[in-house]
Amino acid sequence: MTTVIKAPGEAAAERSGGTGRAGRGQDGRSEGVVLNVFSHGFLVLWALLIVLPLIWLALGSFKTDAQIGGSALSWPSQWHFDAFGRAWDKGIGDYFANTLIVLVFSVPLTMLFGSMAAYVLARYPFRGNRFVYYFFVSGAMFPVFLALVPLFFMVKRFDMLNTYHGLILVYVAYSMPFTVFFMHSFFRTLPSAVHEAAVIDGASDTRIFFQVMLPMAKPGLISVGIFNTLGQWNQYILPAVLMQPQSSTDPERYMLTQGLIQLQYQMGYETDLPVLFAGVTVAMIPMLVVYLSFQRQIQAGLTSATLK
Amino acid sequence: MSHVAQGKGRNGFIAGFLLVPLALYLTFVIWPYVQTFGYSFTNWTGQSPTFDFVGLDNYALLLKDEVFRGALWHNLLLLVFVPVITILLALFFAFMVNAGGRGGAGGVAGVRGSAFYKIVYFFPQVLSLAILAVLFGAVYRSDQGGLLNGVLVKLGLVDPTEPVEWLNEPRLVLWCLLLVVVWHGVGFYLVLFSAAMQSVPKDIYEAALLDGAGRAQTFFKVTLPLLWDSVQTSAVYLGIAAMDMFVLVSTMTSGQFGGGPDHHSEVMATVLMRNFLYFGKSGYACAMGVVMLVLTMILSVVTLRATRRERIEF
Repeated sequence: MTTVIKAPGEAAAERSGGTGRAGRGQDGRSEGVVLNVFSHGFLVLWALLIVLPLIWLALGSFKTDAQIGGSALSWPSQWHFDAFGRAWDKGIGDYFANTLIVLVFSVPLTMLFGSMAAYVLARYPFRGNRFVYYFFVSGAMFPVFLALVPLFFMVKRFDMLNTYHGLILVYVAYSMPFTVFFMHSFFRTLPSAVHEAAVIDGASDTRIFFQVMLPMAKPGLISVGIFNTLGQWNQYILPAVLMQPQSSTDPERYMLTQGLIQLQYQMGYETDLPVLFAGVTVAMIPMLVVYLSFQRQIQAGLTSATLK
Repeated sequence: MSHVAQGKGRNGFIAGFLLVPLALYLTFVIWPYVQTFGYSFTNWTGQSPTFDFVGLDNYALLLKDEVFRGALWHNLLLLVFVPVITILLALFFAFMVNAGGRGGAGGVAGVRGSAFYKIVYFFPQVLSLAILAVLFGAVYRSDQGGLLNGVLVKLGLVDPTEPVEWLNEPRLVLWCLLLVVVWHGVGFYLVLFSAAMQSVPKDIYEAALLDGAGRAQTFFKVTLPLLWDSVQTSAVYLGIAAMDMFVLVSTMTSGQFGGGPDHHSEVMATVLMRNFLYFGKSGYACAMGVVMLVLTMILSVVTLRATRRERIEF
């Protein structure tokens, strides 16, 4: 059997026509056609399984509670946005703001401290260097549940339960293993010539880090930044344990994930499901926008992070 | 290591850069981990500052705890099925997206619209588990308002007067949860395997085609062995996810911290949280945490060992 190298135009014509001759001979061709229909069918099916439930849920925000309970396949009778307004009143806006407040601090701090530690461990030999490195990295192996009980009391002792700064510090600490691990391998690959040139120019270590090495590590920072942003944005267990109001005067500072689950419980009793669906839709839209704008970086960032 | 000469103040610089990261990490991660081990030997309730050392009593109780044993069994079931199903689907889709097309100019090509599929399939990965819980709670609703029941009734597969109670049916609930995890994960591993497949030189595929290998043969004899490293890593990651399951189980199923109906969807994490936050049995909960840690570590080692193969350089 032979593989004929086709001109791009011819190949395209063959793809659309589907009756091309040559190619891999008759057997290969018919196998290809059957498989192509079959595989494409499965690909389309799975794509529908992803998209349709999400659209269906978003449509639910425009239905009435009776419609939602009546039949799943009903179509909204009117396009009113009041469920979104009620969802906002129920606190979705606040949960959003709370999550943003925490992430605005926790992500940059994670990147800063993670890079600092990774940089020193990657490029400065000192006694105990390997030990400290493995000490950091080993934390990624343990399930967070292992620490949950004492962590709760630790944060309580610092009087930081249900506070933004408490959660920020915990997020930074739990993002450390992975960030150090990833940035460590990144800093090691950077050329040392630039570093030496900066030393000769008389720059201090601190200055070299911030003005020379950190800018050079930008691609790595973007990957790990995306990874940490998504991870912290979607975190549920830590806030569920650490961000509960401590007294009747202590205000609610739920994260978005917590808020949605809370809303789910409430709406179960109050039977106002459109509000719940509207809340979820509101929570999904920024993710969708960010994802579609940066999908290449997000996919590359998340997957390369896993394989490192 | 760098070639930077040792200079004055360098130790101060190193210490200064390590101080805050290490302090945070020690306080909030390492020390609680260590404490968990300690508390697991006590009858600490969490409320009172005092507690007694009870030796291995918590662990002995765990062995007899029917609920915990059931949860362990469910985790083990998930541990087998989540990685196997997710990886098989992801490999299949990745192969289709990258080499399932009719063959373009180079002889091997993905199907049309492969970039589109990657974008769609990966999207669930950026959604939080909380969103997934609400979404699938609605999909699995036990009346015709649920998407699954609604569609099945429309197709005439389910009697409209007796819709399936997906999440309240003891035999179904765990598999319903499993499907959510698969739905969530396939796209991620598709992209992961795609990246690995693209790093395999095209001529290897072409050589296989020239030798008359069919697509199935190409997949099993060429693609899979070359991707083995990524498959291994994926199995470990998915295994760790299957040991967790807390968010989905606790929010989608009935009972305090989920696990219902009648403990049929119970996993170790939900039992742990219930004992800690609801029953106030902190020491006992810590012992469960230790068991989860040990199992996770055994799992990682076993997976890496059992799937070890000769590494193929290309």
